[in-house]
Order: sequence, then C-alpha cells, then structure tokens
Amino acid sequence: MTEKINVALIGSGNIGTDLMIKALRSQNINPVWMVGIDENSDGLARAKAAGLKTTAKGIDGLLPHIEADQIKIAFDATSAYVHAQNNEKLARHGVTVIDLTPAAMGPFCVPPVNLDELVSENESNVNMVTCGGQATIPIVAAISQVQGVAYGEIIATISSKSAGPGTRKNIDEFTRTTANAIESVGGAKKGKAIIVLNPAEPPLMMRDTVHCLTEDEPNQSAITASILAMIEQVQTYVPGYRLKNGPVFDGNRVSVFLEVAGLGDYLPTYAGNLDIMTASALRTAEMLAQKMLNKGENK
Amino acid sequence: MNLKGQKIQLHDMCLRDGMHAKRHQISIDEMVRLSTALDDAGVERIEIAHGDGLGGASVNYGFAAHTDEEYLAAVIPKMKQAKVSVLLIPGIGTVDHLRMAHSYGVHTVRVAAQCTEADVTEQHISLSRQLGLDTVGFLMMSHMLEPQALLKQARLMESYGANCIYCTDSAGYMLQDDVHSRIEALRAGLKPETEIGFHGHHNMALGVANSLTAVAAGADRIDGSAAGLGAGAGNTPLEVFNAVVTRMGAQTKADVFKLMAVAEEIVVPMMEKPIRVDRDSLVLGYAGVYSSFLLHAQRAAKKYGVPSEEILMELGRMKTVGGQEDMIEDVALNLAKAMK
Repeated sequence: MTEKINVALIGSGNIGTDLMIKALRSQNINPVWMVGIDENSDGLARAKAAGLKTTAKGIDGLLPHIEADQIKIAFDATSAYVHAQNNEKLARHGVTVIDLTPAAMGPFCVPPVNLDELVSENESNVNMVTCGGQATIPIVAAISQVQGVAYGEIIATISSKSAGPGTRKNIDEFTRTTANAIESVGGAKKGKAIIVLNPAEPPLMMRDTVHCLTEDEPNQSAITASILAMIEQVQTYVPGYRLKNGPVFDGNRVSVFLEVAGLGDYLPTYAGNLDIMTASALRTAEMLAQKMLNKGENK
Repeated sequence: MNLKGQKIQLHDMCLRDGMHAKRHQISIDEMVRLSTALDDAGVERIEIAHGDGLGGASVNYGFAAHTDEEYLAAVIPKMKQAKVSVLLIPGIGTVDHLRMAHSYGVHTVRVAAQCTEADVTEQHISLSRQLGLDTVGFLMMSHMLEPQALLKQARLMESYGANCIYCTDSAGYMLQDDVHSRIEALRAGLKPETEIGFHGHHNMALGVANSLTAVAAGADRIDGSAAGLGAGAGNTPLEVFNAVVTRMGAQTKADVFKLMAVAEEIVVPMMEKPIRVDRDSLVLGYAGVYSSFLLHAQRAAKKYGVPSEEILMELGRMKTVGGQEDMIEDVALNLAKAMK
C-alpha cells in the first residue's frame, strides 16, 4: 500500500462532507477523523459509514487523538469565528491547517496561482478564500500575468439550495474576502466581488463572470492564450470548470463568462461552488502531503 | 375602493431607481435641485445614490457619475422636512457601506434581498436597527412567492429588526389581485406596529392601480417617482398617485400641484428618452424580468445585433433575479452564436 498522510475534517456540513468523499479517493491523503457538533448530522453519519472516527464534541473531541492517529493536516470547514479557536489548538499540536472558512488568518491559496509558492514556504495555515474566489481569481491572475489590471470584478451566482446557513449569515465575508484576494492573489490593483443567490428550480449551475479593466489596451491574443491555459489547469482538479463565453474585449474591459459544474459527490452537480472549494482544498492538502511524504514526515 | 382618511407616506425613487434610467449619470446639481424640490413639495422620503444601492458602482451595473458619499453629502444637509433613504443589497453592498451612510446622516436604510433569500439580510438589518435607523426589509421580485411564503420571509426580516416590510414588484409583473393577496397576508401576519410598503414598476401600466390596491389592503408606505423616472417603464408616477389618492380623500403630506410641477419642470427634462410602456418594458412586465435589466439588454442587443426583447425573454426563461446583469451579455453572445 502506498504511504498516505492522515488528515482530519472539522465541520460536518455540506463542505466537510463533500470534502470527505473526495479525500477518500485521494492517492496520498487518508481521512481519519470527522469532527462535528451535531450527533445527528448527516455528515457524521456518512463519515461513520465510511469508516472514519467521529466526534460530535467539536475540536476538543479530536485533540486527544492527534498524536496517536498521526494527524498532520486538518481541514477546517466550520465558520470564521470558530476557526480562530480551532487554529490555535491545532497549531499547538503541529497540525497544518487548510482553512475553508472566510477567516483568512493565513495566506490566501488559489492552487493554480500560488500553491507552489505556499508549499515551499511551509505555511502552517492557508486559507481557501471563497467558492467565488476559487472560480474567478485564476482568471484575474491569467490576465494580470500578461499586463497590468487596474480593476478586477467578479460576479458569482449560486443556487439558493447550495448556499448553507454559514454563507447566508455572513454574506459580507464573502464579498470582502473575495475582493481582497482578487487584489492580493489575482494581481488587480482594486478588487470588487458580488454574490447573487438564485432560487430557480431546477437549481442553476454555478455561474461566474470576471470583468477586468486593464491599465493599457489589452493584448487580446496573449490574454486569450493565458486564460485558456489557466482554464485547463483548473480543469485538472475541477473537471466541470468551463468557459461559456469570452473573453470579450471592449475597450480596456476583458470579460470572461464561466460555469462550474460539480462532480455530484455530496450535493448534485449544480453545486459547483461546493466542489470548487473542496477540490481546491484537497489539491492543496495533496501538495502538502506529497512534500511531507518526500521528507518522510509521516513516520 | 374607499381610502377616505387613510394616511399614506410617499417615498420618491427618482434619484435611486431613476439612476437606472439615467445610466447612473445623474449629476450632483441635478440631485440637489430635484431633492430640494421634492422636499419642498412635501414628499416625506427620498431615496438617493447608485441605482443598485450602496456599493453598486461596478462594471456589472455601471459606475455612477459620483460616489455614494458625494451624493449623500450633497443632499442630506439640504433637506428641510424630507428624510433621505438608501438601498443596500447584501451581496453587493456590506455593513461598511451602511456605517458610511449612517455617518452622513441618512435616516432610512432599506435592506433588499431576493424575496426567497431574506436570511442574507440579518447582519445588515440588525446593525441598521442598532444604529437607530428607520429600517426596512425590501423583498424584491415578490411576485415569485405566494403570499404565505412571502410572509415567512417577511417575518425573518421583522425578527432581525426591520420596522417596515416592502412587497417589491421589481419586474412590474403583478396584477392587482397579486398585490392585494400579498399585502393582506403581510398585514395579517406581521406585528401590528410593523409598517408595510409597496414598490411598483409601471411595466404593465399598473403602477397607480397596484399602489391603490396596496393601500386598500393595508400598506402604509408607497414608492413612486415623479414623472415615473425609474427602471423599466419607470416606477409608479408619484404625482399621478398623489393626485388620485387626494381626490379619493386619503391623506399624504405632498402638495398635488407642487409635485406636478416637479415632475413636469424638473424630472421630464432630465430624461434621456421618454419613459413609457414600450415593447421592451412591457416584455419585462409580461415575462417577470427585473426592471433594471432594460438598458443593459438594449445595449447588448445593439452590440451583438440581436433583438433586445429576445434577450429579455430568455432572461425570464432562465429565471434570473436582481443582480444577474452579467447574464445579459452572456445571453446576447449565445443568441448571436445561434444566429450564425
């Protein structure tokens, strides 16, 4: 059997559960624990059925087992508020944390843009921005890699059914965190993020639109090539990531219209917003795990 | 219909919803001139700033001629009796914008959400109430929910601290019975002290009739705009509504003739083209499409050589909601591809 790095999943909601299903297929990480706060949650039931150890006592139910179970990486899919406490406790045990909440305590991670860099810097906590950020910041970065972007704006539309209570209660965190990462990771001088929830039945696929204003006249062929190459990179971990229209060039405006279909692991395929977060987090964990395996840290 | 003695609070939309019809290009001078005239005419509330509310400045919705801060700073100190309101759509604007508006002395904050998604407004409504502001929960596209389901969403907003709930006909789709059943359900199911409002669009030429129905069913506040300056075929023409209800013996604080003068002498000359029920705005009302999509669809139609009414019909079929302006160019591109 190939060696794997043991991981824990904290948060048994939509994101944690979808992530578990994906992690069970991973070549180099092994999900061992699922941590929840509700004994009756669907996520914990599924984790038990999949053979994971579970606790409904939150992070404190996991901490005594970290050393014995050799947990090296933890995914936190709770909330921004809870994440701060979780992170402190996990850090004391030397666990690397992949944060899927909008807490953004560690550096933002958008895999095709800056994962290599973060892995080489041995970060102990990385933040996965937001679903809309994972879907759009690669495109902003693809444009800013060609030439200066004065302004980057994204509009993420997700189906009402795929927006959990955490997203709804803290919708400002989405717009703030995404806008910040459009600047710091995407490379735009100024970032703006908009999120729309659509209640249509049957639910719509996640849609993401990127509008960038370049500083000078856009180099159309170079930008188009850069965007297409970036889309291929994202497709390696999110196969349902698709270019619907564009890039449209209109003066200094460059617009790209995207759709994200999920794999249908936990929620149906319309919930591409869920998949792009969990797939990005998994990819991040796998890169970190590979580095640990190379260094023999799993012993 | 007997409205004798009923008190109706008027809320003018020219300088917010009307921003859609003016591509958000209303100047500070125009804003000050019109708001002071509305104030003088006795209109109680005036909404200002970007058409898509605070923080609406964007490629998606358009950049306004001035910032929200500049509009607020110019208008609020000039008001004698009118209270200034702002719109805040969570997902576009944040509590930071709300705090900013509060610091400029805004009186009313209207927190707007797609009518099925009231739970995204909790942060904003509760902060607005904490700050002591007149706090409105604004249920957009209210035609998309049946009365009892709408009431459930309204109760959420009420529970967060909203002291007034609006049934908002963003698409100008509702017929009079639709308005009556929704306002009636809100009045019966919300706390007696919670006020109720109706925001109409004139896309089916029912702005005045629907607003009268709303008042008869228990609405306290009515949105409109002088000369109808608003998205789509405009809002309920406020000077017309005011004249009608005055004749019916209802009480507003606005002067019938002064408001007519504002509409005729200030608002009409501001219009880039006559705001009337033309084919595209009738399509909005007929198909239940968000009114502010109108000019964006007309621009995309011109750019890609496809019919604007087909763009709008497709947006209706896709069940798009407020905020999804990005889908207009996407649909136009798809139609242009299909025509090749």
